[in-house]
Amino acid sequence: MLKTFPKGGIHPAENKITSSKAIRRMPVPKVVYVPIAQHIGIPSEIVVDRKDKVEIGQIIAKSGGYVSSNIHAPVAGTVTKLDMMVDTSGYKKQCIVIRTDQKNESNFETPEFPLKKEITMDQKDILQHITDSGIVGLGGATFPSHVKLDLKNDNLIDCLIINGVECEPYLTADHRLMLEKADEIVVGIQILMHALHIQRAVIGIENNKRDAVEVLKKAAQDDDRIKVAALQVKYPQGSEKQLIKAILKREVPKGGLPMDVGVIVHNVGTIFAIYQAVQHDRPLIERVVTVTGKKIENPSNFWVKIGTPIKDLVEEVGGIPEGTRKIVNGGPMMGKAIKNTDVPITKGTSGILVISEEEASRKESKNCIRCSNCVFVCPMGLEPHLLMNLSEKGFYERAKAEDIMTCIECGSCSYVCPSHRPLLDYIRFGKNIVKKLEAAQN
Amino acid sequence: MTDERIIISASPHVHSDSTSKKLMYDVLIALIPAFIVTLYVFGISALIMTSVAVISCILFEYLIQKYLLKTAVTVSDGSALITGILLAFNLPSSLPLWMVITGSFVAIGIAKMSFGGLGYNIFNPALVGRVFLFISFPAQMSSWPVPVENNMTLVDAISGETTLGIIKEGLMYGETMSTLSMQIPSMTELLLGFTSGSAGEMSALALILGGLYLLIRKVITWHIPITILVTMAVFTGIFWLVDPEQYANPLIHILSGGAVLGAFYMATDLVTSPMTKKGMIIFAVGIAVITVVIRLFGAYPEGISFAILIMNAFVPLINSYFKPRRFGNKIKAKIV
Repeated sequence: MLKTFPKGGIHPAENKITSSKAIRRMPVPKVVYVPIAQHIGIPSEIVVDRKDKVEIGQIIAKSGGYVSSNIHAPVAGTVTKLDMMVDTSGYKKQCIVIRTDQKNESNFETPEFPLKKEITMDQKDILQHITDSGIVGLGGATFPSHVKLDLKNDNLIDCLIINGVECEPYLTADHRLMLEKADEIVVGIQILMHALHIQRAVIGIENNKRDAVEVLKKAAQDDDRIKVAALQVKYPQGSEKQLIKAILKREVPKGGLPMDVGVIVHNVGTIFAIYQAVQHDRPLIERVVTVTGKKIENPSNFWVKIGTPIKDLVEEVGGIPEGTRKIVNGGPMMGKAIKNTDVPITKGTSGILVISEEEASRKESKNCIRCSNCVFVCPMGLEPHLLMNLSEKGFYERAKAEDIMTCIECGSCSYVCPSHRPLLDYIRFGKNIVKKLEAAQN
Repeated sequence: MTDERIIISASPHVHSDSTSKKLMYDVLIALIPAFIVTLYVFGISALIMTSVAVISCILFEYLIQKYLLKTAVTVSDGSALITGILLAFNLPSSLPLWMVITGSFVAIGIAKMSFGGLGYNIFNPALVGRVFLFISFPAQMSSWPVPVENNMTLVDAISGETTLGIIKEGLMYGETMSTLSMQIPSMTELLLGFTSGSAGEMSALALILGGLYLLIRKVITWHIPITILVTMAVFTGIFWLVDPEQYANPLIHILSGGAVLGAFYMATDLVTSPMTKKGMIIFAVGIAVITVVIRLFGAYPEGISFAILIMNAFVPLINSYFKPRRFGNKIKAKIV
């Protein structure tokens, strides 16, 4: 019996149509648009000016505080504009526009770094490199990694969990990265273990990626501190709390962090970025993005420079097919629908999903028939039907008492509802109001 | 590029494709084996009664929604159809048709629509209809047609007694289980359903078959039906062990009367049963205990419809007391 988390969860159609496609390098865009708020926390502060020439990897926006991150130039070129621009959130955000210097060779070399296993840096240097390189959680949460790694007392952490679950349907970016960069990921794990004095690491991978499980097992065979755990395929296993429960049977307390149960979780993409930052001094300026959809001509996985407009990616896979109704930044369960394909890829973009008419439209919401399916699938043990009702009718205090704030917004409830009720929509709405009420009280 | 046809909505962007209609039709499919047995045992009269119940339920819902409430008509969701069939399954096939229609009106008009329609009713509509008829017309509601023999005639010969009725009456007049055992149907007859009783409660085997289908299709979970049957078996078993002459054995209790029909189809009604697994078990234990108490000590030979309705009333309370275990609740955080 494969490990998994015990309560709730669903198994949507996987549709991982790009899982056998090697990661290609996306051609360098003519212009990149780099937003300064790509991470959770304080936006970075711009340190370049219009008409400045920048080199590839040069810091163009400095970390704006403790929970913030540096942003580096993804290409060498000229800053043409510092402008407000709509990003994937739909809001206008400050953005640095750089025109790629077509003559600068550094833009067009394919940076291949030989595997470097030996870890020469000490703990302080490693953490400094991670901070300087602008690394944030690449699984989608975009929490600045150095904050997660800055432990007041590292004796409390006994296990590092590497998240290679990729439970979202369609997405294969992490899967491909694990297959193609297994050795680098293992070194990345060793770097973190060395820096944090952790003696145990587990890589969690869902069993629909058998090949990745085998490849990583082989890559980690010389280090008996690193284990690979094949997990039952179940959404939302990639959620930090569910993953810790699945692998270690530990339960992060309500309102707590993985740290509270002695665990740190990092996504495989983040681990690879840490490897590159520490071993090759390369900042985070590109990431793997899956561009996919049932009707897309040539769905692919790409190495993409941060700041590349989404429309360039869509063009590269054959354009937007006839009958497209929705474009999603991320996976189908938790991704954000976007209307404007001018918006750029940011550090948190793991995929672009193009959905056709048949799948995109929502059906009419009907009466709740109290079938309890939402209760059964909720991985957090909540009652989505009740939370929706409370939010809809304005009973926010009660919604708070019913633990609305612990909702992880995985969408399993809306996914299964036979009456097509917009459960998560109302729960999100309720959460926002509860958050505001809490802020008003403090 | 901005395409006017591109839509924006919050996640999730995919859906399981499950619809309430599909759930309802799964219930219908599950009722097919039992209905075939019913047709064989009671013949044409059962077919006519079921059709009348179904048509009148759908019609009442349609009329109420269209002309009284003036809301969208939702009869196509299949719920009124199921209420009709389940109501018919809970009535003797010899019941006058105007009573069947009255029962349908009470089920749809009073028990369902006056509470707000699908999803809002507290009590199981079909059972409210049945109990209304049972209290209003006790004589007609407890005269049972003879099985199999007259399945091709329109008017059924009345035999009078169900298995539980024979036991109740016999014990009351001082007989014992060993003398009664000659009069009551054998286990095989109970399993196959060639006995007297309500139209749909005949064959335990056919009903369990349909119940398994519902379990496999995940329309219901095991918690309610299995808990009801096991609790009934344990509870009646204790009495039977104490005095096998005065109390029927647990197998008779489970296989006769409305136990299986009630456990798999009536108590599991999604709308009127609890929404957590813990709650479902409490609910099921309550139903089983009340049923057995009525059967053994009450005035009526059978009590599962009363038991389910009584426990229906407790569902809101059960839902607010038996919550799912919240993730990460009541766990002491390590102090950092």
